[in-house]
Amino acid sequence: MTADMLSQEISLLLPEILLAGGAMVLLMLGVFMEGERATRLVYTLSILALIGAALLALFGTGGEGTAFGGAFVFDPLAKFSKVAIALVAALTLTLALPYLDKEKLLKIEYPILAILAATGMGMMVSANDLISMYMGIELQSLALYVLAAFNRDSLRASEAGLKYFVLGALSSGLLLYGASLVYGFTGATGFEEIAQAVAAGPTVGLTFGLVFVICGLAFKVSAAPFHMWTPDVYEGAPTPVTAFFATAPKFAAIVLLARILVEPFGGMIDQWRDVVWMIAALSMGVGAFGALTQTNIKRLLAYSSISNMGYALVAIASGSQTGLWALLVFMSLYMVGVVGAFGAVLSMRTKEGMVENISDLAGLAQRNPGLGWSITALMFSIGGLPFMVGFFGKFFVIYSAVQADLIILSVLAVLFSVVSAAYYLRVVKVMWFDSSDIEFVPSAMSIYWVTRMAGLATVLLLPVLGWLVYRAFSVGLATF
Amino acid sequence: MLASLAFWAFSGVAILSALMVVIARNPVRSVLFLILAFFSAAGLFVLLGAEFLAMLLIVVYVGAVAVLFLFVVMMLDVDFTELKQGFLEYAPLGAIVALILAIELAMIGLTWRASEQAEALRAAVMPDGVSNIEALGVILYDDYVYFFQASGLVLLVAMIGAIVLTLRHKPHVKRQSVSAQVGRRREDAVELVDVKPGQGIGE
Repeated sequence: MTADMLSQEISLLLPEILLAGGAMVLLMLGVFMEGERATRLVYTLSILALIGAALLALFGTGGEGTAFGGAFVFDPLAKFSKVAIALVAALTLTLALPYLDKEKLLKIEYPILAILAATGMGMMVSANDLISMYMGIELQSLALYVLAAFNRDSLRASEAGLKYFVLGALSSGLLLYGASLVYGFTGATGFEEIAQAVAAGPTVGLTFGLVFVICGLAFKVSAAPFHMWTPDVYEGAPTPVTAFFATAPKFAAIVLLARILVEPFGGMIDQWRDVVWMIAALSMGVGAFGALTQTNIKRLLAYSSISNMGYALVAIASGSQTGLWALLVFMSLYMVGVVGAFGAVLSMRTKEGMVENISDLAGLAQRNPGLGWSITALMFSIGGLPFMVGFFGKFFVIYSAVQADLIILSVLAVLFSVVSAAYYLRVVKVMWFDSSDIEFVPSAMSIYWVTRMAGLATVLLLPVLGWLVYRAFSVGLATF
Repeated sequence: MLASLAFWAFSGVAILSALMVVIARNPVRSVLFLILAFFSAAGLFVLLGAEFLAMLLIVVYVGAVAVLFLFVVMMLDVDFTELKQGFLEYAPLGAIVALILAIELAMIGLTWRASEQAEALRAAVMPDGVSNIEALGVILYDDYVYFFQASGLVLLVAMIGAIVLTLRHKPHVKRQSVSAQVGRRREDAVELVDVKPGQGIGE
């Protein structure tokens, strides 16, 4: 390997190198400069590092290509995902700071683990080899297990961390077993070599391994029937951690799943489509019906994320370029909505502390119209009510499914969307038409602005969406 | 001739000591037999021409893992006779499981078909012209450098996680401060009091 080649390959990894190096530098900084000011400095620098990684992914890398013998790939899909992941991670970090401050959890490890998790997610969306896929997944999940239990004096947070860890380890086991079968039946770990072996003719063993890989990744995106951990972990973990869980890791895992199914296993679409079909339909159903009886807003959002992962899987099941395009649009819009929704949950603080019940929102719209309108817009958008951006996200997903002749799945998606609208609307109804005397204290600046901006974005992003659609149909889908 | 004699000796000792690990009554003896099994396996590696792996096996498994086992066995007061109670009760079930496993292994062994490359690889254990360490180094730090660094990051996260979840700074713990001890002067520590007979210092 010559020096030229090496620098060319390393330039593809610049966002990850910035994040990993930044994490180590910040760790040293935080350890040797004690005190609260140093901790705040580490937070600020972490957010800057994430924004820097997004900028590097956008402009800084030396074009597209693969590095390290095909283990790492930087292509438009990876580029878009990295920008989205880094930005949303930065947003959730800004949400976390005031919360951690008030709950006496302000430690330097929080932002460091968050950016190490973001590094792992960057590796996941760039994975082009079974080993790099597994390394990326483990890096991000290990950091997330610790974050879930970050409030170590809280019994529920510890329980959430332990549950997440045990089930995450189980899913890693499934994934590794599947990966070992795939390796055994193709003789290669690289995605290109696997694609060649698949093109030569799928075997039963290969299908078997692929199903296990899908199951392991379905765990990570919390798709039914592998969703059991989600409500408990979302409820138990500190709220800003939950906001992080619901956004960036989901995006990374779903992009990884899409890449595996479409790139190396694209030739086996007849084999995996039924599996993804079933998981998608189950997730939409479980998410829609499970949320109806929830009283805790974090559990509600957990079920909402299960059902939205179902829609993302519908887009993957279509197995086409349109499907991938719809997946990315849908997931990005979903993340905007969820970050705003968790900003709203973080604003639910009374003088006694945080409250998390939906009934605590009663009468909020009269007392605090700004927050009320924001939550209304966000709930409409996540629920996919016309004509918020979330509606178009779901619309594109179903459009791609119809194009791929998945008529029954499309009908199910629409029906479950109607069911799930019930609980999004219930939140809005409680806020506008019920009354109570619960008074929220004014929320911190960053939470205030993130919630308001996300609420506005559900409408203001419409022209951007229109431009994306226009470009998709005039220039072609593959170009982002 | 000598090589095959050594092979039989090492493998025989390995199998016998592995058996002893399971059936020895005293757990400390089990661990000692385990160490013997590791040594024999290391000898087999040397016979294969993989002397670096043999060294690793001794350094890592004998030096670290087995000694750790030994400590655990000696520190934890596990009553092994109690653990082995009810052995006869579960023996039939265990035998059935063992039989099923044996049949499955036999099925795999009978239907196994090694790939063409495997035969060639077995013929040439060592790559031509490079030493063991060099060959391993090329794989680990050149071909797989990305994975190697990524595993380093995973371990870093594990370390940070262990610290953040368990380290507690207790405020009222007395710690030795060498500089304070050395800097202590007589005036700070000793006070002369004029004590009247029969009264004590009071206070």
